[in-house]
Amino acid sequence: MHRARRSGNGRFAAGVLHALVMTVGPIAAALVLSGAVLVAVGVDPLAYYGTIVERGLLSPLGLQQTLTRMGPLLFLAASLIVAFRAGIWNLGGDGQFLLSAVVAAAAAPVLVGVMPAWAALAVCFLLAAAVGAVWSLIPALLRAYQGVNEIITSLMMTFLGVSLANVLVKLVFLDPATTVPQTRTLPVADRLPRLFDTTVSSGLLLGLAAVIGVHLMMTRTAFGLKLRVVGANPRAAVHAGLPVAKLTIAVFAISAALAGLAGATDVLGVLGNVRADWNPAYSLAVVPLVFLARLNGFASIAFVFLFSVLSIGGESAARRLGVPHYFTLVLVANLLLLLALAEYIDHRRRVAKKA
Amino acid sequence: MDGLFTEVFLASLVFGAVTAGIPLLLAGLGEQISEKAGVLNIGIEGMMLGGAYLGFLVAFQSGSMWLGFAAGAAAGMAAALIMVVFCVRLGLNQIVVGIAVTLGAEGLTALLHFFQFGRTYPRLDAPVSLPIPALSEIPVIGGALFDRTPVVYLAFVLVFVMAFLYRRTHLGLALQAAGDKPAALDVAGVDVVTTRSFAVLATGAFAGLGGAFMANVGAGLFVPFMTSGAGFIGIVLAMLARGRPLWVLGGALLFGACLSMTTALQVAGVNVPTDVIQMLPFAAVMAVLVVFGRKASLPAALGLPYERGAR
Repeated sequence: MHRARRSGNGRFAAGVLHALVMTVGPIAAALVLSGAVLVAVGVDPLAYYGTIVERGLLSPLGLQQTLTRMGPLLFLAASLIVAFRAGIWNLGGDGQFLLSAVVAAAAAPVLVGVMPAWAALAVCFLLAAAVGAVWSLIPALLRAYQGVNEIITSLMMTFLGVSLANVLVKLVFLDPATTVPQTRTLPVADRLPRLFDTTVSSGLLLGLAAVIGVHLMMTRTAFGLKLRVVGANPRAAVHAGLPVAKLTIAVFAISAALAGLAGATDVLGVLGNVRADWNPAYSLAVVPLVFLARLNGFASIAFVFLFSVLSIGGESAARRLGVPHYFTLVLVANLLLLLALAEYIDHRRRVAKKA
Repeated sequence: MDGLFTEVFLASLVFGAVTAGIPLLLAGLGEQISEKAGVLNIGIEGMMLGGAYLGFLVAFQSGSMWLGFAAGAAAGMAAALIMVVFCVRLGLNQIVVGIAVTLGAEGLTALLHFFQFGRTYPRLDAPVSLPIPALSEIPVIGGALFDRTPVVYLAFVLVFVMAFLYRRTHLGLALQAAGDKPAALDVAGVDVVTTRSFAVLATGAFAGLGGAFMANVGAGLFVPFMTSGAGFIGIVLAMLARGRPLWVLGGALLFGACLSMTTALQVAGVNVPTDVIQMLPFAAVMAVLVVFGRKASLPAALGLPYERGAR
């Protein structure tokens, strides 16, 4: 009995070590490989990474910005975890995010005039979730009833959504008081409250609640189990009597609503308005993060934090060292490839051990 | 509105449709090869962008349009090589790797362009056209189809080459089998992994050429992220064409017409916001998918890696 427990502990420790190696390995390799790109364009990678750590993590103001940036990214992580665990490739997060952000930005300044600020914010969040869900309806229906590949349709809806968001900002919700096309600005006092004496937006807490809630829903509830069955084996799900089409639509709606909430969090907590041609394209950048986290909600918090450091630090580095933020895309791509490679090597090792 | 449908307007519309349609055609034809062989090539957007960047750079530096096109195809194949190694050889998730190829190409080309040209966007000279006697004199369509750079003719010829290949040759049959029932192809003594590798490389070459055409002929310059979804439209074309190259051609010209509406309407003096115009092709794609979605068909083993002996 005693021995069994000890070996159990040993296995747990080995498991943690293994997870650590499998995570740190690809990240380190991606940093090195992307650093080679920096060398190729004549930038000192150590200076670049140094700036990122200094501005995104070590400086108090940068760290607060990093924590604030986590809010919308955590919502997006939650959005992707629901979809990917259920086997649905919702790659339309950017369109859902942007349209919801625009609608929330347009509604908030009007609503704070007619109701208390907290109620206005709540209504805006609901609106954003609804807009996101509606924008996923066509891919969801096509996937559920026609079997059309949702990767393509959700990507198409993102292109449509980004353009539509621009149309809305430039033609419909335009603030007549400014020369740059943008929506009316929500006064700082009416935005999401800041945490304690810091500049960190409480969107961080909402994001944390979303990603943890999604994790618990997928792992601890009957509904989550159904979704995972659909994701693991749709044919078995049909045989088990699960309403696969309805569950597919539900997954899309939840995932897209969370992406919409991400947009609302960014606008109502940080920006206060949406400018024309603004598209941070966070959603595709979060894809490798949730894979790194093996679709685990808690683990994804850590990776979202790391990416936020990179994102905030990268913006500073862009100004200081003149490396445009496109570099983040290279890093994300390398991370995806090396992560997939690490999974492969690990899988082969395990197969070899069994044999 | 009386003067809207003049010959000049129609000619510019058709010309624009062909110019915008050729990259889509090449992307669609390329994607079709991969899909037939059972590889869903999401990375095609990145391959096009790589082709656009390198195709422009080489044409700009060397002054030779032809070297530019060759470099574009080579860049597409280089990006495709990542798909070959990771997806076909190692059997990793095609969607994850495809996203990586697209994101990586977006970042890398934008970064390299920035460090070479800063915020300037130098232009290439207009391509030299090779008019086909008699045919180029046809009103409205003559100038658009038969008075163009030879790459346009090559793209049209490729449609028929691919149709012949799929219907009449062993290679075409092998491609089809690699996508529908790879195990059967393996039993017949043809290596599935090799067949798929060639298919994906061919996709890269087609997509890269399409990207280079977009930069060198369509725009005359390279702008970061300039393909803006053309590769994904190519995937939709391949899905809807159900393996038939001629359908890809029809679809590409149709979507090309949507894309060229901007310039054509500007010629006609109609003022429509560009953001609305940019939505047209994607709205058209979605409309087509809603109506014909059930008919879009893909090979049985699409997206699944092949491992000999595995069940």
